Amino acid sequence: MNNNILSAIFSAEFAYSVIRVTTPLLFCALAALVCNRGGVLNIAFEGCMLTAAFCGVVGSAYSQNLFVGLLAGLAGGIGIMMLMGYFNLILNANVVLTGIALNTFASGGTVFALYILCNDKGLSTSLQSLAFPNVNIPLIQDVPVLGKILSGHNVLTYVSVLCVFLVYLLIFKTPLGLRIRAVGENPSAASSVGINVTRTKFTTLFIGGLIASLGGVYMSMGYLTWFGRDMVAGRGFIGIAAQNLGNAAPMATFIAALFFGFANALSNVLQTQNIPSEAVQAIPYVATLIGLVAYSSSTRKKKTGIKQLKRRVPDGL
Amino acid sequence: MDTVVLSMENITKVYSNGFVANKNVNFSVNEGEIHALVGENGAGKSTLMKVLFGVEKPDEGHILLHGKEIHIDNPIVAIKSGIGMVHQHFMLVPSLTVAENMVLGMEPKKKGLFSMEQAVKITEEAATKFHFQVDATARIEDLSVGKKQKIEILKALVRGARILILDEPTAVLTPQETKELFVELKNLRDEGLTVIFISHKLNEVTELCDRITVMRAGRTIGVQEVRNVSESDISRKMIGRDVQLNIQKSRAKPGDIVLNVKNVTKYSRTSAKKALDGISLRVRRGEILGIAGVEGNGQTELSESITGMDKEFEGSIQIGGMDVKNHSIRQAREHGLAHISEDRITYGIVGDGSIEENIISDRYYKPDFQKGPLLDLRKIDKLADELIGRFDIKCDGRDQPIKMLSGGNMQKVVVAREFTSGSSLIVANQPTRGIDVGASEFIRNKLVELRDQGAGVLLISADLNEVMELSDSLIVMSDGKIAAYFEDAAAVSTDELGEYMLGIRTMTPDKIRRVADND
Ligand SMILES: Nc1ncnc2c1ncn2[C@@H]1O[C@H](COP(=O)(O)OP(=O)(O)OP(=O)(O)O)[C@@H](O)[C@H]1O
Ligand SMILES: [Mg+2]
Repeated sequence: MNNNILSAIFSAEFAYSVIRVTTPLLFCALAALVCNRGGVLNIAFEGCMLTAAFCGVVGSAYSQNLFVGLLAGLAGGIGIMMLMGYFNLILNANVVLTGIALNTFASGGTVFALYILCNDKGLSTSLQSLAFPNVNIPLIQDVPVLGKILSGHNVLTYVSVLCVFLVYLLIFKTPLGLRIRAVGENPSAASSVGINVTRTKFTTLFIGGLIASLGGVYMSMGYLTWFGRDMVAGRGFIGIAAQNLGNAAPMATFIAALFFGFANALSNVLQTQNIPSEAVQAIPYVATLIGLVAYSSSTRKKKTGIKQLKRRVPDGL
Repeated sequence: MDTVVLSMENITKVYSNGFVANKNVNFSVNEGEIHALVGENGAGKSTLMKVLFGVEKPDEGHILLHGKEIHIDNPIVAIKSGIGMVHQHFMLVPSLTVAENMVLGMEPKKKGLFSMEQAVKITEEAATKFHFQVDATARIEDLSVGKKQKIEILKALVRGARILILDEPTAVLTPQETKELFVELKNLRDEGLTVIFISHKLNEVTELCDRITVMRAGRTIGVQEVRNVSESDISRKMIGRDVQLNIQKSRAKPGDIVLNVKNVTKYSRTSAKKALDGISLRVRRGEILGIAGVEGNGQTELSESITGMDKEFEGSIQIGGMDVKNHSIRQAREHGLAHISEDRITYGIVGDGSIEENIISDRYYKPDFQKGPLLDLRKIDKLADELIGRFDIKCDGRDQPIKMLSGGNMQKVVVAREFTSGSSLIVANQPTRGIDVGASEFIRNKLVELRDQGAGVLLISADLNEVMELSDSLIVMSDGKIAAYFEDAAAVSTDELGEYMLGIRTMTPDKIRRVADND
């Protein structure tokens, strides 16, 4: 049995699947990165992705147009983030509570709508929804081993990798990115030079919502080809953890997302062996915990004094 | 030369809680002058300037710029009208570079992307034009307070400010930095800019400014040429009575040792340097030991180590014979420690708490204030009212949130708590920073009073006059070490202190060793 597992892990298929399952995590991690930089980090990515996944399926099923499906998915996910902004930035509601409320709302709301549309509380398989195609990359697909790993992925997987670069460009090389960082770090400094802080925060949430929604759409129109109840399954939180582990730097976040993707893929492989599946399914989450603990203890240089405590107090949204 | 550039007429500002911070205020400044705005804590200076900069809306009155009325609804309008403000707290983004901070909000672009090159160029051109020395590519977080201040001023100038508001710019500067700043401000004045200068340090006002407006309790009470008035005239106007600018005190009668610091060394968090390097000193009952020195030479680390807020140091510190390292802050406090932190907003008070809650925050758990399992509120109310009266805290009542008080009154609450805990050792770190002359006088006299009642005081202050006047004996810190020890603080001259502060001179180890407990 051990041999089976090892040969399953040291194979091109396994590496391919790591990339496949990393995609939604990477999207979410990049979204969380942008939001963190802009001082609007929140926990509603789970709900944002779930809503996007649902709206994408429904939009594509009714229009029979992939692009319309994509737009519907994005609109749904961004909508959740805008609600987050409205509650938190305009009504000054607590960011954690709002996040929990929106996640619960998305979870229940999608099932409710699913039941109305498909008369099914679990799956959308009765809808004729579309999916994004897989693409082969010329040249690379012919390279032995590497071709099998890197080529033939879903379009959105390549988009997610491109997003690493785009997010880097946005945050560090554009005027908007400079403003996002300034607002995130010292809002009063930003407003003292005439930057509209609330508007910038909404823009940040919009961009975060957009990126996270791509991850949601991928879940139901790429990774799988249907919507299932609570199908995001904690990826919205693992993404935040990846961003944290990556210290809000695009490249490091990418690597952290790959690490969690690896854990996820590992659990997928082990599920086919006869190991208790509950234990196996816990692997990605345990990996997340271990990753965060390892990260925190490496950055916590010395014993905690009052000084350090002060710095760790979160500023809220 | 005496052309009025800006005048504020009949300004009244009522805060949403009904507090009248400005009442029919008239204020005008001329082109090419440095105009001082002084007044007690809470007199309404910052409020008036916030109105001018569009941060707060006045309820009445109007503002004339070059004789024409303008409506300053937000800071953008103010900036466009050539008004720049350097706030009491820095408005900089620490992780960004100087150049990025400089152009924030008006970023230069190249092909849609942010152009760092041009940002650096803008910064350097402005620096040359106004004779400032800055490194455009340095990160703000790596700069000293004095440098940050310059960046703030330059930031306003880059945006085309012709009228520059400086709200207590020298509160955190060293004497050297202050001197440099004054040279630069005078340069700006000579180029025709107008500077509005808010400060509690009256000697600075008389040194730098051309005219002065005094505010008291939300009103302006007169404008004068600075050369026609003395410091005591100004303080009399501000407070309405004579202020004793000099402290009266008798000779110290030192008793037992209450604080014993032995060979304390501490590594800096940010660099490989030693923040404290073999510090030994002792404070006895009935004496005030002052620590002078340019800020950032270990004073903060020393006071944090003594007060138990940071226990990562080598060597030993004992308060009344108790080792602080293995004891909690509460135990240290019960052993006689009182602490006025230099950062009162973070460590001195709980902003959302009421005055009363802040006063009892160090003693609420004691049996004295308990009735069964509950707090004895009647007793607590009584104590709060008594201390508010005794320490002359200006407020609406004991239930007012402390963050609504002016800086001086906040500090009085801290002092009311720390000075009544029956302590035998008081660590007072910058106790009068940003505090008006009246309240400063009050706090200084209290320190002397507590000394006379037998408490030991360790006074850390960047204000040279303050340490020299209050202290019985004096040490100078430089580069994490004790550079000099004067047994009799009265026998030292400012120049001499300055030389030790800057590290030009150091005393021999034998002389320094006299401040330590040598058994
Ligand atoms: N946002 C606010 N709401 C209610 N009251 C306020 C507010 N801001 C300031 N105040 C009150 O208005 C009064 C004037 O405050 P202001 O900050 O203008 O004083 P100041 O002259 O600048 O004092 P300091 O020298 O301590 O800086 C104070 O009593 C303060 O408590
Ligand atoms: Mg003020």
